[in-house]
Amino acid sequence: MQLEKFYYDNKTVKMFAYATMLWGIVGMLVGLLAAVQIYLPSANFGLPITTFGRIRPLHTNAVIFAFVGNGIFMGVYYSLQRLCKARMFNDSLSKIHFWGWQSIIVAAAVTLLAGYTTGKEYAELEWPVDIAITLIWVVFGINMFGTILKRRESHLYVAIWFFIATWVTVAMLHIVNSFEIPFSFLKSYSWYAGVQDALVQWWYGHNAVAFFLTTPYLGIMYYFLPKAANRPVYSYRLSIIHFWALIFIYIWAGPHHLLYTALPDWAQSLGVVFSIMLIAPSWGGMLNGLFTLRGAWDKVREDPILKFMVVAITCYGMATLEGPLLSLKSVNAISHFTDWTIAHVHVGALGWNGFLTFGILYWLIPKMFNTPLYSKRLATNHFWIGTIGIILYALPMYWAGFEQAMMWKQFTEDGTLKFQFLETVTHIIPLYVVRSIGGLLYLIGALVMIYNLIKTIKAGSFVANELVEAAPLPAKAETHGKQYWHRWIEARPIQMLVLSLVAVAIGGILELIPTFLIKSNIPTIASVKPYTPLELQGRDIYIREGCYTCHSQMVRPFRDEVARYGEYSKAGEFVYDHPFQWGSKRTGPDLARIGGKYPNSWHYNHMLEPQSMSPGSIMPSYPWLLDDPIDTAITPAKIRAMQTLGVPYPVGYDKIANKDLMQQAQKIAKSLATEKIETDSDKEIIALIAYLQRVGTDIKMMPQTASVNK
Amino acid sequence: MSVIIILLFASISVAALFLAAFIWSVKSGQYDDQMSPPMRMLLDDTTAKSSHT
Repeated sequence: MQLEKFYYDNKTVKMFAYATMLWGIVGMLVGLLAAVQIYLPSANFGLPITTFGRIRPLHTNAVIFAFVGNGIFMGVYYSLQRLCKARMFNDSLSKIHFWGWQSIIVAAAVTLLAGYTTGKEYAELEWPVDIAITLIWVVFGINMFGTILKRRESHLYVAIWFFIATWVTVAMLHIVNSFEIPFSFLKSYSWYAGVQDALVQWWYGHNAVAFFLTTPYLGIMYYFLPKAANRPVYSYRLSIIHFWALIFIYIWAGPHHLLYTALPDWAQSLGVVFSIMLIAPSWGGMLNGLFTLRGAWDKVREDPILKFMVVAITCYGMATLEGPLLSLKSVNAISHFTDWTIAHVHVGALGWNGFLTFGILYWLIPKMFNTPLYSKRLATNHFWIGTIGIILYALPMYWAGFEQAMMWKQFTEDGTLKFQFLETVTHIIPLYVVRSIGGLLYLIGALVMIYNLIKTIKAGSFVANELVEAAPLPAKAETHGKQYWHRWIEARPIQMLVLSLVAVAIGGILELIPTFLIKSNIPTIASVKPYTPLELQGRDIYIREGCYTCHSQMVRPFRDEVARYGEYSKAGEFVYDHPFQWGSKRTGPDLARIGGKYPNSWHYNHMLEPQSMSPGSIMPSYPWLLDDPIDTAITPAKIRAMQTLGVPYPVGYDKIANKDLMQQAQKIAKSLATEKIETDSDKEIIALIAYLQRVGTDIKMMPQTASVNK
Repeated sequence: MSVIIILLFASISVAALFLAAFIWSVKSGQYDDQMSPPMRMLLDDTTAKSSHT
């Protein structure tokens, strides 16, 4: 058979590798800032764009979608060409993909810092960015499937299966969770409300971890680990079995993020059962990775690349054992809302994603630049600095999480809560300090790597197009003769897979959404009313400032939570919450029952200077809320958007909404004046106070006889 | 809680598609050979004459 000559495209791989390094450093720096802000409120600098509520979404998005995202593309673009024995489908698409993704990252950073956020964790990006992500994801898909279709190797290596599953599932998750109704160029409301929004969000959130941080990285592991160790994967059969089991089971586990909330019990149980089952396929991957090094552990002692990979795979195994345990209800009752969760995700992010990425970069850059790594010693140092960093990060957070949860739940002999919330926070501050040192070490390690790789790059000469010779794929299905359309389909099973998914999923969604919209309009608690225009504005400020990153709005039905915060939360209370704001972390106390708890003046002073009201508080101050005016021009559009979503404002209310807004604002300004606080009624602080005083109060208006829908 | 229906529907469609893909992959002989694929990926077909631009 005639051998074909062609070239692998290394240039795109190199660009993605550079982007991975750049955004990795940015993401870690922002994370370090956030970690310091937790114990040093002055590190918020009193500016909107540097305050924790905006820094934290920037950190999570930068690490997940910029650092790991570019890491995925780097790994896929390198390995897919070699596994398919084909150049990437189309060079222009590769370019569009690369620059499109980087533009999205920049747009994300700018909009998040400017306060444009949907208020849904890990899906904070607003609707124009969501659309851009969809388009670029499609470009990536076409480029990937195009390459698979023109491959010269009929067998699809297991890594490719992981890439396919990643592409399909992320597309579905992103589309379903990003249903939102825009009311301005950069702002929208989530299509779903309350419990529904929470369920969709965590179905997305959990599977983002599964299909953005896990499956693509497993695929990459199955290519780069055998390459780096120069030995075949331990069991090819196991890789196939654990792949199919993993993707089938993962998609169901989302509800374990909502244990003890207002979500129906059966859905919670379903989530728990599938989460426990996940241990098997997850450990299949870990064991297969570690056993690949059987008889080669002497190499691990010498080779920093393998060291990184071994720790990465071990962290993957630890995180995927811990995850199912955390989704047991009795464990979750302790861990949820605490730093335990933060420790858990960072074992995954720093250990699994970070270390695997570093290992691959150390292998890939010398290979593409045709030169040995500048310094093996520096790489080994990086490994140790990073490993100590991970330990110093994770252990204090486990400790802090467990200890704080125990403190929350303690009662005195008289039956009252033993600790004020603030006491449980100040108690763990030393652990927060140690955590930030761990983070700093990890960042220093990454900088050492960048230095090492720059030196390597300078010493080498880049192979932009790598010449390859391979036999073409023997033409299949020649016997079919003239059955043209049939042959077309037969040769493109993957295209069929994608097309049918798009058809089925989109069709189904469009069909079902109207159905459930009508149902969700039925209020389940009669006394729960829509927010007034002023409260709605205040709620949007609450979302803009990222209050949900530290405050939950979900009182679970536990003795200590009811004693501390008040009546536990009911599903029917959230029917007008687009988006839901339940949160996932209590760095500050829960706010589900904050309404009416303190006078208006308390909130005013607290937002200006939290420490004046709660000495020792770690909350940042929000002085700009006292100066900036409420954007009333947009009130009608907000009301109309809410009406579209089924919130029962009277017809034509959008035109008179601002009148109601002014009236309520003046009332609050007057009440502040009686407490010797002079302020104009058009300031943002007034709207925020209006919202905070409303939260969780509707249920108290309820007549005793009314039935409550749990 | 009707959104659960959407999520179930979406999840089941994807799961069903993956199941179909699995059956197709087995039937089309993707997994008949368990030995050579893990070995083959270790080999590079690169020749010496690559462009350095």
